[in-house]
Amino acid sequence: MEKIAGQSILNSLETQFEAFEKSLNGQSKSAAHAVRKEAFSSLKNSGFPGPKNEEYKFTNFTRAVEKNFELNGTNADFGLTEAQISATQIEGLDAHKIVFLNGIYSSELSDNIQVEGLKVESLAEGFKANSALAQANFGKKASFAEDAFVALNTAFSQHGVTIEIADKAVIEKPIVLYFIGDSSTAELSYHIRNIVVAGKFSQATIIEKFDTVGEHKSFTTSVNEISVSDSAHLRFFKIENDTEQAYHISNIHASQGANSNFKAFTFSLNGAMIRNNLNIKLQAEGIETYMNGLYLLDGKTHVDNHTVADHMMPNCYSNELYKGIMDGSSKGVFNGKIFVRPDAQKTNAFQSNKNILISDKATVNTKPQLEIWADDVSCSHGCTTGQLDMDALFYLQARGIQKDKARAILLKAFANDVLETVENEAIKEYLAAIIEKRLEK
Amino acid sequence: MSKDDQILEEFTSKEYEFGWTVDFEADEAPKGLNDDIIRFISAKKEEPQWMLEWRLEAFHAWQKMKEPEWANVHYPKVDFQDLIYYSAPKKKKKVNSLDEVDPEMIATFERLGISLTEQKRLTGVAVDAVIDSVSVATTFKETLGELGIIFCSFSEAVREHPELIKKHMGSVVPANDNYYAALNAAVFSDGSFCYIPKGVRCPMELSTYFRINAANTGQFERTLIVAEEGSYVSYLEGCTAPMRDENQLHAAVVEIKAAKNAEVKYSTVQNWYPGNKEGKGGIYNFVTKRGICEGDHSKISWTQVETGSAVTWKYPSCILKGDYSIGEFYSVAVTNNFQQADTGTKMIHIGKNTKSRIVSKGISAGKSQNSYRGQVHVMKRATNARNFSQCDSLLMGDKCGAHTFPYIDIENQSAQVEHEATTSKIGEDQIFYCQQRGIDAETAVALIVNGYAKEVLKQLPMEFAVEAQKLLALTLEGSVG
Repeated sequence: MEKIAGQSILNSLETQFEAFEKSLNGQSKSAAHAVRKEAFSSLKNSGFPGPKNEEYKFTNFTRAVEKNFELNGTNADFGLTEAQISATQIEGLDAHKIVFLNGIYSSELSDNIQVEGLKVESLAEGFKANSALAQANFGKKASFAEDAFVALNTAFSQHGVTIEIADKAVIEKPIVLYFIGDSSTAELSYHIRNIVVAGKFSQATIIEKFDTVGEHKSFTTSVNEISVSDSAHLRFFKIENDTEQAYHISNIHASQGANSNFKAFTFSLNGAMIRNNLNIKLQAEGIETYMNGLYLLDGKTHVDNHTVADHMMPNCYSNELYKGIMDGSSKGVFNGKIFVRPDAQKTNAFQSNKNILISDKATVNTKPQLEIWADDVSCSHGCTTGQLDMDALFYLQARGIQKDKARAILLKAFANDVLETVENEAIKEYLAAIIEKRLEK
Repeated sequence: MSKDDQILEEFTSKEYEFGWTVDFEADEAPKGLNDDIIRFISAKKEEPQWMLEWRLEAFHAWQKMKEPEWANVHYPKVDFQDLIYYSAPKKKKKVNSLDEVDPEMIATFERLGISLTEQKRLTGVAVDAVIDSVSVATTFKETLGELGIIFCSFSEAVREHPELIKKHMGSVVPANDNYYAALNAAVFSDGSFCYIPKGVRCPMELSTYFRINAANTGQFERTLIVAEEGSYVSYLEGCTAPMRDENQLHAAVVEIKAAKNAEVKYSTVQNWYPGNKEGKGGIYNFVTKRGICEGDHSKISWTQVETGSAVTWKYPSCILKGDYSIGEFYSVAVTNNFQQADTGTKMIHIGKNTKSRIVSKGISAGKSQNSYRGQVHVMKRATNARNFSQCDSLLMGDKCGAHTFPYIDIENQSAQVEHEATTSKIGEDQIFYCQQRGIDAETAVALIVNGYAKEVLKQLPMEFAVEAQKLLALTLEGSVG
């Protein structure tokens, strides 16, 4: 039999999974647990992605996890102070706040949301109460057979939230999910699953942010399963500005109904190794989809963005814009897939990936990918990699702006294309401040 | 719409023009592949011992390899034991000039539209014709010889210029490079060898014509082009095959070496039998083509017009090793009916100030699948590397597919790499515009397609460009989506 990659991880997971099953008591017969079992056996059979796996070709996450983590299944107690916790939060953001500490829902720190049309619940509670929403949606959008890390998350995630937005409900304030980890005494690892159902004609904004405080390494995965119903408008932000010791895999799997509008924003600003899978299925007509991303990397940070826009029906529009600035010995990876299925006539799909390398040791691997089976479409992708425009730099210098400052102005302008697409002022300002500080260093 | 469909039907139902066979008396090896077959081929070719050893080594490497499956093509697996690996038109005696060549064979080439004698006199193109993998005639040898240019069949080169072959063969595409290259190295029966000495500008286009004639054979030819310092050569390659129900295998290897200031231009018009309308038969075209710009300021340019083959799997590549070297790739790939093409290029930037340009135009019609797969890799020391890639796809009909898989890997901050791709169909307004001016729809489509592919076609030498335009029109004429 062929050796499968990540065998050592599997070995330590096996006992954990058994222990986990025992702790479930009454829940082991639930539909969700059947999915978990299936996911784990699929993971056991196929293993983690090896170095030859096309999807993980430039990001050997399996090796990173093997090398850096023991994964003994338990985390040390959470011991951060209030000040440390609030430091990870977005200043000045008026939002419905949900807080998780070391991957476990904290009812003390989370807001008690009393808004009509919005129901936010802890997933763990939902499983206990056998909530129909949790049971019916768990593992439905994110396929564990397609990605080993989704399988890992499916097998082990107990925590997260279910967000249910009623038909026609307009949720003014964003819903922000803070996942705060304490790695000051030992390595930290947890898996989060969120289920979002946005009803017809509803509107909402959701923000997900992972932070770790402490010197030890952390390995976290998150899977979001999102249903955007007909004519709903949903914004989803993923803000990644964790420590240099943070390994994170994010999966966002969304499906859209007719005339809906979904915007996904991914800001990768810091971390050790980050993998973002963003898969959007355009399942009906008249859909608009936006995928915007910015990765601003330095040091040894490695960020991999894999996106899929799957056009299954006619008359849809998707637009993707990902930009990256790579400094230090960082590595940026981008793979954007656009599928246009045979029925999806009159599709408009655009994709653009632009990269700037500002260091000799930084690298970028990008693969914009178009797969088209319908003829009456207009699809394009563009991809550029280069350094700062020397003429522009000279222009600014000639006007008495110092070189460092001029460079920062140009990089900021480059990043602004993505930043400008953020509609919420507080989020935009928060991100702009981080970016500004980074570029002017 | 219905009228458009009719035109589409008309055009796409055109039959393959070159689908006849000629009964040459052929000398064949028994079916199958093993050490003995390789010894048999080597003995038939009266090869020296080192050549046989090289083949066997490649064969043993091949046996350990797995057939690649990553390409975006689907086809029934080839049974490598069910193929004939050597088939040569039987030669009674050695031929010295064209006049002594089997008249039937000359007639064959005339039907192909490349009359050797005609070409010799009129166009000044030197032709090396290969039927079922064996070189049958090389024209203009003496004229070229005066300049020190060697242009002959590969087996002749092995006999007469062993030092050159030993030095260069396998240096760009090693015998164990990939599955099909290894297979080719083990069983290749002939091909062309071309050597341009220092400072010589080859005065005429060199050309090879490949044809698979016999049934159940695979064609495995090998081309090696060595351009010494400051030399220039333009090389053409064309291919056809008869219509047969079973699939035939074509696994060729082309190696190009360009020394300092040398320039090599390699053009291909590939028109292997694509299979019938139901997707039955046709050639599997699994080709490894690679050139290396070894010296500074050298240049390699690939131009290809791919209209044939049931399955194409081909990535002409450039390794830009010398500083200031240039790599170019121009491609038009047309697929119709059940054809599948997975083609593209690799540009590996190693030297400083290297430049590459990729222009790929895919056209898919019928139920075909057309993929562009390419890589631009800028290595760490390739300062100021520059690349521009453009991959456009044109879709005709709603049952075909167009796919792009570009890989862009940059390890140097000074690199400037741009890639763009579009997918569209022929606009109804464009057709309407032509029709208004009295051009019927089918001519309009041919016009638009030719315009679309012009950027690539203009890279071809004159005679080929005309042929390529005709081929394009033939394969597609008038598909309006």
